[in-house]
Amino acid sequence: MKSWILALLLLFPALAGADCQIRGTGDLGVIIERASGSLQVVDTSHHEAIFHVAGLGDLSHASVVYSRDERYAYVFGRDGGLTKVDLLCGRIVKRILQGGNSIGGAISQNGRLVAVSNYEPGGVKVFSTDDLSLVADIPATPFKDKHSKTVGLVDAPGERFVFSLYDTGEIWLLEMKDPAHPKVTKFTGIGRLPYDGLITPDGRYYIAGLFGEDGLALLDLWQPEKGVRRILDHYGKGEQKLPVYKMPHLEGWAIAGNRAFFPAVGRHEVLVMDMESWKLVGRIPVHGQPVFVMARPDGRQLWVNFAFPNNDKVQVIDSENLKIIKTLDTGKGTLHMEFTPRGEEVWISVRDRDQVQVYDTDNQTLKATLPAKKPSGIFFTNRAHRTGL
Amino acid sequence: MASIRLILLSFLVLLTGPTLASAGEPTPARQAELLYLLRHDCGSCHGMRLAGGLGPALTPEQLRPYTSEQLGATIMHGRPGTPMPPWRHFLTQDEALWLARRLKQGLGR
Repeated sequence: MKSWILALLLLFPALAGADCQIRGTGDLGVIIERASGSLQVVDTSHHEAIFHVAGLGDLSHASVVYSRDERYAYVFGRDGGLTKVDLLCGRIVKRILQGGNSIGGAISQNGRLVAVSNYEPGGVKVFSTDDLSLVADIPATPFKDKHSKTVGLVDAPGERFVFSLYDTGEIWLLEMKDPAHPKVTKFTGIGRLPYDGLITPDGRYYIAGLFGEDGLALLDLWQPEKGVRRILDHYGKGEQKLPVYKMPHLEGWAIAGNRAFFPAVGRHEVLVMDMESWKLVGRIPVHGQPVFVMARPDGRQLWVNFAFPNNDKVQVIDSENLKIIKTLDTGKGTLHMEFTPRGEEVWISVRDRDQVQVYDTDNQTLKATLPAKKPSGIFFTNRAHRTGL
Repeated sequence: MASIRLILLSFLVLLTGPTLASAGEPTPARQAELLYLLRHDCGSCHGMRLAGGLGPALTPEQLRPYTSEQLGATIMHGRPGTPMPPWRHFLTQDEALWLARRLKQGLGR
C-alpha cells in the first residue's frame, strides 16, 4: 500500500507538493506577459522570478486581485477567462471561461466573492473565490442588440461592488451581503461613456472618468441616496481634444495631502483636484496623454506613463510643488507601474524591450531589470488588503 | 556563392520593387511593423487577438459588410463620435489599405 502511494507521488510530483515553496507571500507579485498568455510570480525582495505559469489564455488586457491570505492570484483575461493561480506552487488551481470578453474584477470585503466586469456579454458576474462557482449574474442594461459594456468595477465596504456602464452612462451599486439575493441600485444619466472608475482608499467615494465629455461622476457611498454628482465639469474648457490612442486608467487613487491627481482625457496634462471642494486646482503639462497617474504610497511623488505614440517615457512629479522632477527614458511600450508596498521601489513594464525595470523611487535610478516576454500589468500581493483592488 | 545569390536577390528586388510599390504593398520590414502596431496598439481597444474589447472585433466576419477602402478610410480618419482615433500620422493611405485587406483576409490569433 505504502509503495503504491510512493509510486503515485513519484509520478505526480505536484501532488507531493515538491514544487511548492514554504514561505510568506507578502513580498510576492505577478507580472503579466500579455503576448504569450503567461505570467511570472516574482519575489520583490530578491528581484527574481520564482515561477513561470502558462496557459492563461488571452491576456492582451489583464488584471489581478488577491485572496485575503495573499496566496492566490485571480487573473482576469481579455477572453473572459478567470484563472486562480497558487503563488506558492506556481500553478493554476482552476480556470474558467466565464464570459466572451472581460475587462477586470474585484474581490469582496470578506474575500469570499470575486466579481468580473464583462464587455461581452455586458454585465457583471460574481463567483466564489473558493471554487470559482457562479454566485450571481447581473446583466447590464440592454444596448442595441446586446447589453452595455461594464467598466470600472471595484469593491466597497459592506460586501458591495460598484461599476459603470460604458454604453448607457450609468453607475450600479451591487450589494452581495446575502449572496442568494443580490441587490442592485442604479444611477442613470451619470455622463457619456464612462471608461473606468476608482474608489477612495476608505471606500467612501466612487469616481467614474468620462470619455464622452469633460468631467467625472462622483458617488458618495456613505450617502448613496443623494445620487451621483458631476465634478471637474468642463475641465477642457471647450478646447479641442487630441485623438486618444489608449484609454487612460483610473487605478487606485493618486492622492497627496488633500489633492487628488487624474489623467486628462485627450490632453497632455495631469489634472489636480482639491478633495474638499472637488474643484480643479491645477493642470500639470506632461510628455503625452497620461495612462496611469500613480502616487507613491507616501504620496510624495506621482509617477506617470503615457499613451501611444508617447509611451516611451515615465515622468515623476513632485506632489507638493507640482514640478516634474525626472523624465525617464524607459523605452517604447512602457505599459504599467507598480510600487512595492512601502514605496521604496517602483517596477515598470516595458513591452518592446521585453523587460521589467526596477527603480529606486528616492533618486529615480535603475536598480535592476528582469526579463519578461512583452510584459504589461504588474500586481503585488499587498493589493489583497486595499479596498477597491 | 552566397554573394552571387545576394546580387541576384538585389536584382530581383530592384525589378519587383517598383511594381510592389505601385500596388501599395509595404516592404516586409514595414509589414512587420504594421502588424506589430495592429496587435499591440490597435490591440489596446480591439484586443491583441483582435477579438474585440472596448472597440469591436476586427475579424473577417465582423468586417465583411465593409470594403477595404472603407476600412482604410476608417483607419486613416477615425470614427467621429466614437473613441476610434485617426491614425494618419502613423501610416500612409496605402499602408492603411494593406492593413484593411489583411484584416479582411484574417490574421489568425
